Amino acid sequence: MDFSITQQFLQQLINGISLGSIYALIALGYTMVYGIIKLINFAHGDIYMVGAYVAFFATTTLKLSFFPALIVSMVVAAIVGMTIERLAYRPLRKAPRIAILITAIGVSLLLEYGGMLLVTPQPRTFPALFDSQVYTFGNIVVNSQQVIILAISVVLMVILTFVVQRTKIGKAMRAVSFDTDAARLMGIDVDRVISMTFAIGSALAAAAGMLVGVYYNSIDPLMGIMPGLKAFVAAVLGGIGVIPGAMLGGIIMGVIEAMVSGFISSTFRDAAAFAILIIILLFKPSGLLGKNVREKV
Amino acid sequence: MGKNKKELLSLVACIALYAVVQSLIMLDVIGPFWELNLILICINVILAVSLNLINGFTGQFSIGHAGFMAVGAYLGAVLTVKLQLPFIVAILGGAAAAGFLGFVIGLPTLRLDGDYLAIATLGLGEIIRITILNIPYVGGASGFMGIPRFSNFTWVFFATVFTVFFIRNFINSTHGRACISIRENQIAAEAMGIDTTKYKVMAFTIGAAFAGVAGTLFSHYFYIAHPASFTFMKSFDILTIVVLGGLGSISGSITAAILLTFVSAALASYPEWRMIIYSLMLIVLMLYRPQGLFGNKEISLKIFGRLMGGNKRGNTQGN
Repeated sequence: MDFSITQQFLQQLINGISLGSIYALIALGYTMVYGIIKLINFAHGDIYMVGAYVAFFATTTLKLSFFPALIVSMVVAAIVGMTIERLAYRPLRKAPRIAILITAIGVSLLLEYGGMLLVTPQPRTFPALFDSQVYTFGNIVVNSQQVIILAISVVLMVILTFVVQRTKIGKAMRAVSFDTDAARLMGIDVDRVISMTFAIGSALAAAAGMLVGVYYNSIDPLMGIMPGLKAFVAAVLGGIGVIPGAMLGGIIMGVIEAMVSGFISSTFRDAAAFAILIIILLFKPSGLLGKNVREKV
Repeated sequence: MGKNKKELLSLVACIALYAVVQSLIMLDVIGPFWELNLILICINVILAVSLNLINGFTGQFSIGHAGFMAVGAYLGAVLTVKLQLPFIVAILGGAAAAGFLGFVIGLPTLRLDGDYLAIATLGLGEIIRITILNIPYVGGASGFMGIPRFSNFTWVFFATVFTVFFIRNFINSTHGRACISIRENQIAAEAMGIDTTKYKVMAFTIGAAFAGVAGTLFSHYFYIAHPASFTFMKSFDILTIVVLGGLGSISGSITAAILLTFVSAALASYPEWRMIIYSLMLIVLMLYRPQGLFGNKEISLKIFGRLMGGNKRGNTQGN
């Protein structure tokens, strides 16, 4: 009995980590956008849905294989993200925060229901792009999808870290998020940096969307809502605006969720995410890796 | 015109409106379809005005209103179906339960502000819904069925009138002024000695209680309380009404509730277009008219007076 609980625990831990790396990819987009323009981009979860659908059509209609489809979906999502920023968020740069938040809710609903109109509300079966192999270690099962999800997530996160830490655009992003006005005075094109941030964030979300399609074999136009909200929770958990925080938060969220559905009840899975959010906001609003900043009067 | 006289006049106007509509319903001039929409308008007015108290007047951006509605819907149903209590007890009970929950939830969460409060209230609304979903006593995932239809136009109309009068008078009271000052500038309000937490929680509790009333009326009209009716999509519906009417305008909320209920009735056969129109409305409003249709202005009898009798204001000042 004791053995089987440990074994189930390890199994859920593995499931949780692969799920968590998906949340981490989405959370990165939230955290980067929030770090720069202090906006909860509600539409981010729906970009993830767009990514999944683009990948679906790339693999079924265009008959692309995994990596080209991944690239196509990331590029298309980046363009969608930049367009949304240009049309809906940029005109509101000087508006009150609530106005931008309401716009973001509007964009999110538009993508969901516009998506329903375009691709029908029925869930679609995502094609199997790999021969699914199952590896067993003792009594613990790992399948090839989980390995691929984890590998691609890690690679993308490494690339992102490199971009943010080592390249010119990354440096500009950090400068803008540190102090937008000072960055503008130093000659940084703030609008372009914000646009790039949306592009990178959206591309990562699209990759997550495709990986979920591969993992669960099923996609639908409302698939972005819950993962989107949970990824936001993950970003807050890790400390919103902090990139390593988003990765850590994502993994923790995934593991907690797998544990709740494995040991308590899968219906409470979504409630657990929000409960974590509220607890974090009440006790450590700056998140696990965030710094405490007093609001200036 | 004295304040009491004006009050009396609006009450008489409401009763006259009720009498006209009710006799039209009795005479079958208003058929079941439009009666349904009238009831939906009233329920939406209650929801929108009560959410406006929190979002528009107190400036605390809450998007979990559907959760409180769910509490009212289910608790009211438990009171009438399981405990066989009269409908009025169910309404009051639904209001009390939702209000109490609003108080308990508001006390810790209203320390947050802006975006964080929004996402926390959204989460709380979902937690309420998922918890109800897991209670077999009230039907779990298949919903609470077999609720008697106690709601009719009379109940719903007078509940709406009561809500509007209550919230309007609250806003014009000392407490309401305090709430508005928090919206305008929380730090300044605090510096002027206003207990901001107290007033935020007060507004949140009142708003939640009226959402509970709306929920009870809702479940007792449609025979069923289903967890799927109270997702955050429902909260967004209410938010759309509030934003369209104007954050901080009761008459705006009423107008928008009427307008949007008609829009969704007209789109009944194209349900997928409804949310697209709502979402575009939110975006376009924020881009071109962020204050909504009415801003934070109210339409009142004064406007009619001015239209009919020229410059009334000058006369009263002269007297």
